[in-house]
Amino acid sequence: MDIFGVPVQALMAQLMIGLVNGCFYAVLSLGLAVIFGMLHVINFTHGAMFMLGALLSWAGLYYFELNYWAMLFLAPLVVGVFGIVLERLFLKRIYKLDYLYGLLLTLGLTLIIEGAVRSVYGVSGKPYGPAPISGVTDLGFLMIPNYRLWVIVASLLVCAATWYTIERTRLGAYLRAATENPKLVEAFGINVPVLVSLTFGFGVALAAFAGVLAAPIMQVSALTGQTMIVIVFAVVVIGGMGSIAGTVITGIGLGLVEALTKVYYPEASSMVMFLVMVLVLLVRPNGLFGGVE
Amino acid sequence: MNKPITTSLFAIALLASAVAGAADGGKQNAKGISGDTVKIGVLADMSGIFSDLSGEGAVTAARMAVDDFVAEQKPGFKVEVVTADHQNKTDVAASRAREWYDTEGVDMITDVINSAVALAVSEVTRDKDRVLMVTGAGSTTINNEQCSPNTILYAWDTYSLANSLGRTITEQGHDSWYFVTVDYALGKSIEYDATKAVENSGGEVLGSLHHPMGASDFASFMLQAQSSGADVIGIANAGGDLHNAVRVANEFGINQSQKIVGLAASMTDVHALGLEVTQGMLLVEGFYWDQDDEARQWSKRFKEKTGKIPNMLNAATYSAVTNYLSAAQEQGTDDADAVLAHLHEQEINDLFAKNGRIRPDGQMVHDVYLYEVKSPKESDGEWDYYKLRETVPAEKAYQPLSESRCPLVTG
Repeated sequence: MDIFGVPVQALMAQLMIGLVNGCFYAVLSLGLAVIFGMLHVINFTHGAMFMLGALLSWAGLYYFELNYWAMLFLAPLVVGVFGIVLERLFLKRIYKLDYLYGLLLTLGLTLIIEGAVRSVYGVSGKPYGPAPISGVTDLGFLMIPNYRLWVIVASLLVCAATWYTIERTRLGAYLRAATENPKLVEAFGINVPVLVSLTFGFGVALAAFAGVLAAPIMQVSALTGQTMIVIVFAVVVIGGMGSIAGTVITGIGLGLVEALTKVYYPEASSMVMFLVMVLVLLVRPNGLFGGVE
Repeated sequence: MNKPITTSLFAIALLASAVAGAADGGKQNAKGISGDTVKIGVLADMSGIFSDLSGEGAVTAARMAVDDFVAEQKPGFKVEVVTADHQNKTDVAASRAREWYDTEGVDMITDVINSAVALAVSEVTRDKDRVLMVTGAGSTTINNEQCSPNTILYAWDTYSLANSLGRTITEQGHDSWYFVTVDYALGKSIEYDATKAVENSGGEVLGSLHHPMGASDFASFMLQAQSSGADVIGIANAGGDLHNAVRVANEFGINQSQKIVGLAASMTDVHALGLEVTQGMLLVEGFYWDQDDEARQWSKRFKEKTGKIPNMLNAATYSAVTNYLSAAQEQGTDDADAVLAHLHEQEINDLFAKNGRIRPDGQMVHDVYLYEVKSPKESDGEWDYYKLRETVPAEKAYQPLSESRCPLVTG
């Protein structure tokens, strides 16, 4: 059976691939949404943090023989701490200013981070491999490498855990309260600046986690984050800035939309997200899942 | 600063044209070396996406060429190298070239990686009547529609790669092809040339898909290519796109059932990807550091300076600068017409080029080599990547002059 000239089997295979990509978008966008939701900072360094995560997982293996599993834990930790340092040094000074200043500051930081990596490692990047999980699984319509299945599982777990922490735990309640009314929360004896730093650190750690997941699939180079950051911004805008569940669903949904575009009109596959973004913003200016401010 | 020189040059030029009885619009045709210095400008991508191919490597190669030439030939003139980053911007490149020609007395510009940059600088060079030796860029437009008597396309062009790969692989019996092509000029011209070569050799092209530049994941594209059932998947893109496409082919095991050919791949890509992923891949290069003793010795010196083994473009820059300087010395002038005429007459056999000659369309044709990437087991060390499969002679590798679209040839 064919759907618009493409066999169903092939279509299923492409959607499966789209699901894997959607999972990357979801984890990356999640970090961005958490940071925006809590700090109201449009974090342009997110792509660079994704790249740093991937680069660290390569560096861990190359210089210290730390395997993938160790780096899956260590890289987000290192990048998270790096993020906290950046937040303490730079970002905390601009919370009272317009959003635009945060965007400019983080864009500047991105250029510095990517430039530094480029001058040390060049632009061609480094090969990470082989993938830590080998073998393929026959799904009937696709021989999918097991590693890609692991990416789906790991991403969904992390997304669910993040959602649960923010929406269902006491810590999450503090965080949400601190965003609404920081003064009042401080009056209850909670250290809001520390909470904010930790949130930023956690957000960029999510980006680094996605980077480690991506390292065995994509070439690790200084420019790795650049393609991602643009897509991920679109995801966050479509999902509704700051909405956790909305971002995850949008990320996966856009991965699938992109997959279908790659089959029917590959030329437009990088553009389709922005088309969706324009349409969504026309109909719902606050995004699909965004509340009214 | 250069006013006295310019004034005296102008005076000589006036005198010369008066003697010849023909004024030529103030064109610089005074004999002798202007300012007693030959100046070479390396206009490279120092920090952008091509900086691994060009950048410091190009500058080092040019400086090595100058040092070697001065040490061996002891010319009666000074040689200087100036360098700049064109940032992959045509306006930056063109204005820098103009400044070099107008106020700094630069005689020849080289590298100019990035075809758009090369075309912009070619126009300025023609306007100022100097010499451009393109060792970075490889678009066939440079020596076809936009060819110039002042420009030499020295190192490679997309035709020679696509044609040599398309023809030899089809002749080996792998005769059905599918192309994964990046959706802009580079990809389309490679696909066009490769398709012609495949079909002329009795092969068949089953289809192609065009993906956007900088696509985030290639699994979808490569699986579509796989399901075409073609013997060979030709990848017509470069840089990050090429890397991700080849990695996916390896990850999904597509390279076990089908041949993966990087139509514009080079050693820099193999180095970036590693042998595990690239083993068995076929590619065409004009130079490989391990091809003979001369190349090995030079490459060793290059590595001592840069920490990297030179690629084809680095060797081409060395060769271009050396041959330019020899021509200037032989002619006793840095006048562009005289040097260009001399270069067009030479057969070039050196470190880089074997059986090389510069055609009227500005194309330097030379032997190119079809290499297969070694497996990790076959490789002896970090840079031991290739085994030679076939030498493609100069006259077979390049676009024949009869097919040229260059006005200098078609008239």
